[in-house]
Amino acid sequence: MNTQTIESQQVTLQKLTPFYGATQAVQPVDVVIRPRSVTAIIGPSGCGKSTVLRCLNRMHEVVPNARVEGTVLLGEHNIYGSGIEPQAVRRRIGMVFQQPNPLRMLSIFENVAIGLRLEGYARNIIDERVEQSLRAAALWDEVKDKLNHSGLALSGGQQQRLCIARAIALQPEVLLLDEPCSALDPVSTYKIEELLIELKQNYTIVIVTHNMQQAARIADRTLVFMVERTQGRPIGVLVEEDDTNKIFTAPRDPRTEDYISGRVG
Amino acid sequence: MAQAERLSTWQTFQQRTKHGDVIFWLLTLFFALMVVALVAAVGYVAWVGSSEARGRFGLSFLFKTGWDPNAQNFGALPAIYGTLVSSGIALLIAGPLGILIGVFLSELCPQRFKSPLSFMVELLAAIPSVIYGMWGVFVFVPFFRSWVAAPIAKSVGKSFPLLAGPVAAGRGLMVAGIILAIMILPTIAAITRDVLAVVPNHQREAMLAVGATRWEMIRKAVLPYARAGIIGGLMLGLGRALGETMAALMVIGSVKDKISTSLFGGGITAASLVASELPNANDSMHESTLILIALVLFGITLCVNAFARLLVWQAARGPVGSARS
Repeated sequence: MNTQTIESQQVTLQKLTPFYGATQAVQPVDVVIRPRSVTAIIGPSGCGKSTVLRCLNRMHEVVPNARVEGTVLLGEHNIYGSGIEPQAVRRRIGMVFQQPNPLRMLSIFENVAIGLRLEGYARNIIDERVEQSLRAAALWDEVKDKLNHSGLALSGGQQQRLCIARAIALQPEVLLLDEPCSALDPVSTYKIEELLIELKQNYTIVIVTHNMQQAARIADRTLVFMVERTQGRPIGVLVEEDDTNKIFTAPRDPRTEDYISGRVG
Repeated sequence: MAQAERLSTWQTFQQRTKHGDVIFWLLTLFFALMVVALVAAVGYVAWVGSSEARGRFGLSFLFKTGWDPNAQNFGALPAIYGTLVSSGIALLIAGPLGILIGVFLSELCPQRFKSPLSFMVELLAAIPSVIYGMWGVFVFVPFFRSWVAAPIAKSVGKSFPLLAGPVAAGRGLMVAGIILAIMILPTIAAITRDVLAVVPNHQREAMLAVGATRWEMIRKAVLPYARAGIIGGLMLGLGRALGETMAALMVIGSVKDKISTSLFGGGITAASLVASELPNANDSMHESTLILIALVLFGITLCVNAFARLLVWQAARGPVGSARS
């Protein structure tokens, strides 16, 4: 399905530092996110995990006054390089949000097709890609008879899979998910986790989650963020990055151990 | 014994709260019904007051031109035409402009200019209509006559009767439409701004995340989401234009007895016709006819409102299953 080479799907963060106005939100982050694997970002509230995630497809700068220092490489290209449009970045790095957000006035079909329509694809290609994406998101069988219905008529879990289908319809290199299951019941959560394990064959997946069991179940690598206080101001910091089973069985950093054992956070 | 005590405790609580909801319900019901009663009363007065004219002219009054109080020869067509055309022009101009202003204020305006600009827009709505009329007479009409109407009438107007001369004093349907447009612009802009402000952010992010530009996001996610509210705002503006009296009267040219083929020609609106003639109506027939004109205006606004309801209802319906109940 993907024509990209595996190297082009690697994401490298170099001294990535998000700001809100003059306030630095997170200490500079240096991490290599491995291609075609699932990387989980965990940590307590306010540690900047969503902020870092949103820096990876330039959604951070949508917030007024927000800005980013440092570099994010997709393959070997800096997505913050001069002359790079954020729209182009977002086409190649898809995103799924915490709250399922099908576009209200569009049908299920159009919700998946919207990115392709913006690109001006031909109709037959759109038809094909919509079906492909809905199948990949394990939603096709549930919606194939009501493609012209509203996305809002679906259950929460279905809506979230619709949003995943919308993101992968553009065949991005990377898929970012910001706590995609926090509004869902366990069965829907399970389905999405299965889906992500399936999707990592083609996509580099980064998922922010509050749920440590979820990270343990699906992630190959895990990043642990913590909140620190410098001069009274809270600031996020990446404390540990390792294979998921190492993080959960033999964490190197005592703060990680405190967090995953439930003593803090 | 203990049980009886407990029961009496309950009763003291219940006595305090028992009638509260009923009284509140009756009170609000009363005021709600008062609205219906008011509409009915206005309609009734206009219906009874116009009986003499209705008896004389019948339905053909609506399709007849002519206005001669001495010969008691009246027709409503010029007033209906003038009302609809001037309001239509106003909506055509103020609709797109107002929506764009609302989009700018809600989506694109830098934070620190937001409140000053919003304040200016609302200020525009607070200016009394007679001041718009005066500005129209002294500033806009002369400007429009020599710089817009005359050149257009001389060139395009030669082959296009709707824009033909003579331009004469410069007052007419077009000028009235433009003045009305300025008057309803703030209504449309402010309502558009408000309905766009309540579009949830996740809808915007959904569009941005598939690589949409700001404009694509506004066009495909924000405006469709707010469509029903924007149409509501347009209809509120149109309603204001239909009923506007003073400003329209001052710049429309007061041609009551015929329909000018050109938009630069004079005309009259129903509201301004009633306002200008009712204080010095010659006889009961004249007065009754003016009340009939008012009744016609009442009918027009009712139709427009019903049509607006229908449009809003249609627009609020997205694909199957998305309806807000």
